Amino acid sequence: MSVRSRAAPDVRMAPRPKRDWGDEAKRLWYKFSLNKASVIGLCIVLFVLVLAVFQPWLAPYPHHVGAVVDFANANRPPCKEYWMGTDTVGRDIMSRIFYAYRGAFTLGLGVLLATVPLGSILGLVAGYWKERWFSTVIMRVTDVFLALPPMILALCVCAIMRPTLFNSMMAMCVAWWPWYTRLTYGMATSLRNEMYVKSAELLGASKSHIIFKELLPNCYGSILTKMTLDMGWVILTGATLSFVGLGEQPPTPALGNMVSEGAKYLPAQWWISIFPALAIMVIVLGFNLMGDGIKDMLSGEA
Amino acid sequence: MVLRWLQRIGVYFLVLLGLSILVFVIARVIPGDPARQALGPRVSEETVQALREKLNLDKPLFTQYVLWFKGAIRLDLGDSLLTRRPVIEDVRRYLPATLEIVLLSAVFMAAGGILFGIVATKYTGKWQDALIRVLSYLGIVSPPFVWAVLFMLLFGYIIPVLPTTGRIAQSVAAPTRMITGMYTVDYLLTGNLAGWWDAFKHLLLPSIALMLGGMAQAARLTRSNMVENSMKDYIQAQQAYGVPEKKLLYKYLLKPSLIPTISILALDIAAVFGNAFLVENLFNYPGLSRYGLSAMLNKDINAISGVVMVFGLIFILVNILSDMVVAWLDPRVRLMGGADV
Repeated sequence: MSVRSRAAPDVRMAPRPKRDWGDEAKRLWYKFSLNKASVIGLCIVLFVLVLAVFQPWLAPYPHHVGAVVDFANANRPPCKEYWMGTDTVGRDIMSRIFYAYRGAFTLGLGVLLATVPLGSILGLVAGYWKERWFSTVIMRVTDVFLALPPMILALCVCAIMRPTLFNSMMAMCVAWWPWYTRLTYGMATSLRNEMYVKSAELLGASKSHIIFKELLPNCYGSILTKMTLDMGWVILTGATLSFVGLGEQPPTPALGNMVSEGAKYLPAQWWISIFPALAIMVIVLGFNLMGDGIKDMLSGEA
Repeated sequence: MVLRWLQRIGVYFLVLLGLSILVFVIARVIPGDPARQALGPRVSEETVQALREKLNLDKPLFTQYVLWFKGAIRLDLGDSLLTRRPVIEDVRRYLPATLEIVLLSAVFMAAGGILFGIVATKYTGKWQDALIRVLSYLGIVSPPFVWAVLFMLLFGYIIPVLPTTGRIAQSVAAPTRMITGMYTVDYLLTGNLAGWWDAFKHLLLPSIALMLGGMAQAARLTRSNMVENSMKDYIQAQQAYGVPEKKLLYKYLLKPSLIPTISILALDIAAVFGNAFLVENLFNYPGLSRYGLSAMLNKDINAISGVVMVFGLIFILVNILSDMVVAWLDPRVRLMGGADV
């Protein structure tokens, strides 16, 4: 061969050592389970998830989700047939809470799945090319979005659209992405000076290789931790939006609108609003405990 | 250093400019016709058209923005379609009430959070620590509107010792002179102590409902940073020198541990402004947040952009303030003239 090949050299010179995922998982689980609180958090989240997914089979009165009326059993306090009582038209509160959890999970997953990839990649791009003009543009736009309290931004966007679950999801996406951009931006600006990134550059690795294969995997830990904690926050914010009537509309139950409906009948029929309020606290607590556990688990990991 | 601070303030101005664009765009992409919405279905097309022209809705979006921005600089935010008054007048009327609540919750939040953080550190691993931890989780996971509902149940019906609606009782006259617009301050300035007490009582429940989450977060963060810093060499060295425990705790350990707490407090105050939208509404408290919420629900575009701009401006001021406190606490930041922006 007299002529040197001009193609970029292969970055993967040495085969990567195979990681034993089974062992890895076992070790991580051990670290996670050291803290009993985080295991409790995981159990809460899984339990609620099962209730939400299998609502039609687990709820005692699954059809009470819609516009059902049963005046004979209206306003019953918690009893053997209705563990959490019934509302003013005789619908079982517990069955409605199970269903409302579906909305809460949909909202949390929807918002995070839409915002995390977008926000993180924007942050990585802006952080890796910190000196370029588009980095400045991205970060200044991020600053603008961060200059409003997220609740106000979400309320604002939500209020101008028709109140549905999907639209409240959209509104929260508008308010949520910049936090991930800022997170990964900070990480990328320091990671880009690491030796392994420099050597990848010297070997002529493509930009997408550096962003996705060198920088991104190092951010997974922080992103995952923030995501778990944010699941709780998204559900909380969603409940707040539906509390003011921006979100799922009655008769479909949502955690927030159940509290606000029930608040009208305090203190006599306390169970109508107190149980949905507790339901919000339980799920948010679950995600918070779990998030703290994941943070401890991943601290000190590469 | 002065240059760095000036640069930072310049960045904040840029953010404010961007914010005005964002707010303007949000308020103008409302589906439907705001003019028709404001006047109702029974008004003739000519009247609606006249209002459209008055609101500049018939001009291109960019011209609308320029006109709105020119007005905003002169503190003219247009008229509210709901109250029919200039928005800036409504802001002047309602903002002090909201500031009162937010300031009180900020004070509670900072004082309580730092205090509980110190107590938990002092008794690390003992029951006090465990209790504070459990209570913090409770504070973090319950949204302010749940606290508000609980307080209304508790104080409105079961033990009615604190008022649950409005700013002052009906039997109490408003301050004779409006100086700041904040009732508690005005009563004090006019020497009406009974009035002050009544206004203060009305502030308590909403501000406590708003601050519990932030306080819990501040307490947790203060504790974890103090515990982490207490492992550091310089603390161990001071301990070995025999520095009294009190001096060690407050002078050497607390100060650096407060830096993250200050940053999180700034965010929590922002969250208080957001949550005030609901809490003021529940407590029937006539503040700017309640006004803003009704503007949003009624698609009152001028009021929405006005209120949101005011809150954005306040939030930016809070951020500048927290930057300054951090710079004062942290010599590394102070000497470099602020963290990297």
